[in-house]
Amino acid sequence: MTLVDPVTARDEVLRVDGLHVGTQNLRLVSDVSFTLSAGERVGLIGESGSGKSLTAAAIMGLLPEGVHASGSVRLAGVGHDLVGASVRQLAAVHGAAMTMVFQEPMTALNPAMRVGDQVAEVMLLHGARPDRRAARAAGVELLAQVRLPDPGQLARAYPHQLSGGQRQRVMIAIALANGPSVLLADEPTTALDVTVQAQVLELILTGVAERGSALLFITHDLAVVATVCERVMVMYGGRVVEAGPVHEVFTRPQHPYTRGLLDASDLASADGRLRTIPGTVPAAGRFPAGCVFRNRCPSASDECDERPRWMERAGGGYACWHPVGAHA
Amino acid sequence: MVLHLLRRTTVFVVSLVVASVAVFAFMTVLPGDPARVALGVNATEEAVAATRAEFGTDRPLVVQYADWVSGLPRGEFGRSYVTDADIGPQIVDRLLVTTWLVLSGMVVALIVALPLGIAAAVRHRTPSGALISGLSQVGVAVPSFIAGILLVTVFAVRLGWLPSGGWTPPAQDPVQFLRQLALPALALGLVQGAVLTRYVRSAVLDVLREDFLRTARAKGLTPTRALVRHGLRNAAIPVVTVLGLQLATLLIGAVVVERVFVIPGLGSLLLDGVANRDLLLVQGVVIVLVLAVLVVNFLVDVAYTVLDPRLRRAG
Amino acid sequence: MSRVNVSLVVGGVLVGLVVASALLSFVWTPYDAVQVDPATRIAPPSAAHWLGTDTFGRDVVSMLLVGARTTLFVGVVAVGVAAVAGTPIGVLAAMGPQWLGELVMRTNDLVLAFPALLLAVMFGAVFGPSTLTAMVAIGIATIPSFARLARSGTMQVLATEYVLAARAAGRTRTAIATRHVLPNIAGLLLVQASVSFAIAVLAEAALSFLGFGTRPPTPSWGRMLQEAQQLIYSTPELALWPGLAIALAVLGFNLLGDGLRDRFDPRLVDHR
Repeated sequence: MTLVDPVTARDEVLRVDGLHVGTQNLRLVSDVSFTLSAGERVGLIGESGSGKSLTAAAIMGLLPEGVHASGSVRLAGVGHDLVGASVRQLAAVHGAAMTMVFQEPMTALNPAMRVGDQVAEVMLLHGARPDRRAARAAGVELLAQVRLPDPGQLARAYPHQLSGGQRQRVMIAIALANGPSVLLADEPTTALDVTVQAQVLELILTGVAERGSALLFITHDLAVVATVCERVMVMYGGRVVEAGPVHEVFTRPQHPYTRGLLDASDLASADGRLRTIPGTVPAAGRFPAGCVFRNRCPSASDECDERPRWMERAGGGYACWHPVGAHA
Repeated sequence: MVLHLLRRTTVFVVSLVVASVAVFAFMTVLPGDPARVALGVNATEEAVAATRAEFGTDRPLVVQYADWVSGLPRGEFGRSYVTDADIGPQIVDRLLVTTWLVLSGMVVALIVALPLGIAAAVRHRTPSGALISGLSQVGVAVPSFIAGILLVTVFAVRLGWLPSGGWTPPAQDPVQFLRQLALPALALGLVQGAVLTRYVRSAVLDVLREDFLRTARAKGLTPTRALVRHGLRNAAIPVVTVLGLQLATLLIGAVVVERVFVIPGLGSLLLDGVANRDLLLVQGVVIVLVLAVLVVNFLVDVAYTVLDPRLRRAG
Repeated sequence: MSRVNVSLVVGGVLVGLVVASALLSFVWTPYDAVQVDPATRIAPPSAAHWLGTDTFGRDVVSMLLVGARTTLFVGVVAVGVAAVAGTPIGVLAAMGPQWLGELVMRTNDLVLAFPALLLAVMFGAVFGPSTLTAMVAIGIATIPSFARLARSGTMQVLATEYVLAARAAGRTRTAIATRHVLPNIAGLLLVQASVSFAIAVLAEAALSFLGFGTRPPTPSWGRMLQEAQQLIYSTPELALWPGLAIALAVLGFNLLGDGLRDRFDPRLVDHR
């Protein structure tokens, strides 16, 4: 595994600016801004319902019906903004410069199409291979790269003949086929057996490293972020509440929500006790005004009625009136 | 896959046998002695016995059944007890006419239902999608014979564009054949198309919600191409089942529509048989219709296995 | 869930209209629906005869009203036969031994090879055409739909935890069937009844049109249509009224079924 040196300055490949996502009546994601550089691995964490999957879908331009995005998503080498781009423009980007791996491998593949053809299709679509035969051969090679046994045989199988882990490997092969500059991975290991998770994770890391792709890794598993990512963004209530280098955020969290997540995970529970964040995540779009976390926050005060400003800090920042670091 | 097909074939063959026994028992055993019916109440016992011998109805029922069933594959349905005519050739002739009718109805139904159903699914949140759904709901409620009468009223009576009925074999006069086929085909097809539209719509809607369609988008297919290349084949699986059931409905609908348009098909033959109390003829037509339904169901099973790879391994 | 259930409302209104017409015809019709009057043959609509008269001088409005009676009667008997026979068969098939369930489903498939109309024509051929034979034949042809639905519904109920608890508590099969299964599948069966009713109305109309259903002089929408077809070149509108009545009744029962389905258990019905 050849990791790109994280210190050397790298080319910016994705810039998300003021991204908002919502339906006609609900605000689901507000004001998300960040950049990804080539080869960079960034984690996006938060509980279910925090808006992290919607953020990824919005960047990809694959929002469900009735959900709209505003703001700006720019991809290096693409002359137009992805927000508001036509389906044709988006289709040219999808599967080529920007790809995505989804959480649920069992249903993500077409049940009526041979696995090899599904891998070959993405290369044919973007002209990476001149004809079907070449694309098929390249597909088998990719299946071998994601370490599927007997790839020549397996390419002729249908998805139902594969295990969940094998299907996710196929999905990864599809996502990596055209050497994307950005790979969005939306909880790619959550639905898998624990024993398979590490292997699949390893595949993704090797794959992006070999291609110099930037990786946005969405998960609620802090341990995975700690091992995989260089930077991390913490989302809650459709907002990024804290961001920064992983070691910084995880060792000296500023936002009480980040603190809560860390306490609840097995990363920080040195005393062997599992803590939880009091209360539950409100329903989509039903977060309080002002600081979105204030109704669950142990240190909430009247100030929190107003939305906290973004405080810059060592390669990141946080949005909180009462940062934990200040009095802890 | 072989095992699955083998099992379906067994079920098919057993169904054929049981259905033929049921039809035979119902049409031959229940109504009583055809010889006595043919000769009337005043006939002497000797005359009745002689006629029975002539009809072959003096033999044990099992033998009669075996005789009748073994003739079916060769297109032999026996001689009518009423008219003494050979039933087989009549049924074959009429079956051809009805087949034209059913197939043309199916073509019309598909031409109507595929685009409308897909459009209604893709635009299900827009007024045009709702309009298609509403129209198909209304279409479902109009039986084909009423549609036939309406079509005659408009296109034959009011506008005089097309004949109101009749039948010309295609070999004899292809143009007249098509002109006479047009209205009955529309009557059958529009109604079936309305039913089919609803199924196509819900099948496509189901597929649009599938994760693998999102994957297809993520690979760089536009929504339309994703639906065409990945969605339609999967949507076809439930639609093919309905199509099979609809062929049966069309066959029966043809019976009534033939009456509306004075078409000499199986339906007319069946109804004439009933009117003349020609039970052996009725029995012959009924078994042909039932066989047709069973064959179509069997073919649907086979098509299903071909379309859905998941079924190929299922024992 | 504040959305108005359009299907339920429209379907209810249409079915209500048919029922109201039938009830009204018992106490009042403009004319005697079977009264033949050669003096007023094929009269156009007028103040005296709102929709005109038919080829025998009978008042069309009166015939339509009384015809609603026939339609409902046929539907009730046919659906009644199917529900009363099909429901216990389906429940038994689900609760009994596996071979019984298999046998019932195979028999079902076989009966399905005989469409309602074909079965009715066979019955007519053997027993002579009449309303009763038509209704029984349609009913028999509809049994499989009820049996199949009752079976799958029962199997779902049997798999629920409260039934497992009842079994563990030593409840008998009969008690489980009557106390847990039937109340839970009643909604589904009602939906099926509404849809089957529409099919029965269609079948009766088609049979009467062919001369195998309701016998003269009892008014029937299907036979009105058949009689009107003879006059299609001179007075096509005579075919319109019974045709419209049949279509609206069928639409009504179909919509009512759809509406009930949304209302009762979308979860159970949606995934056939």
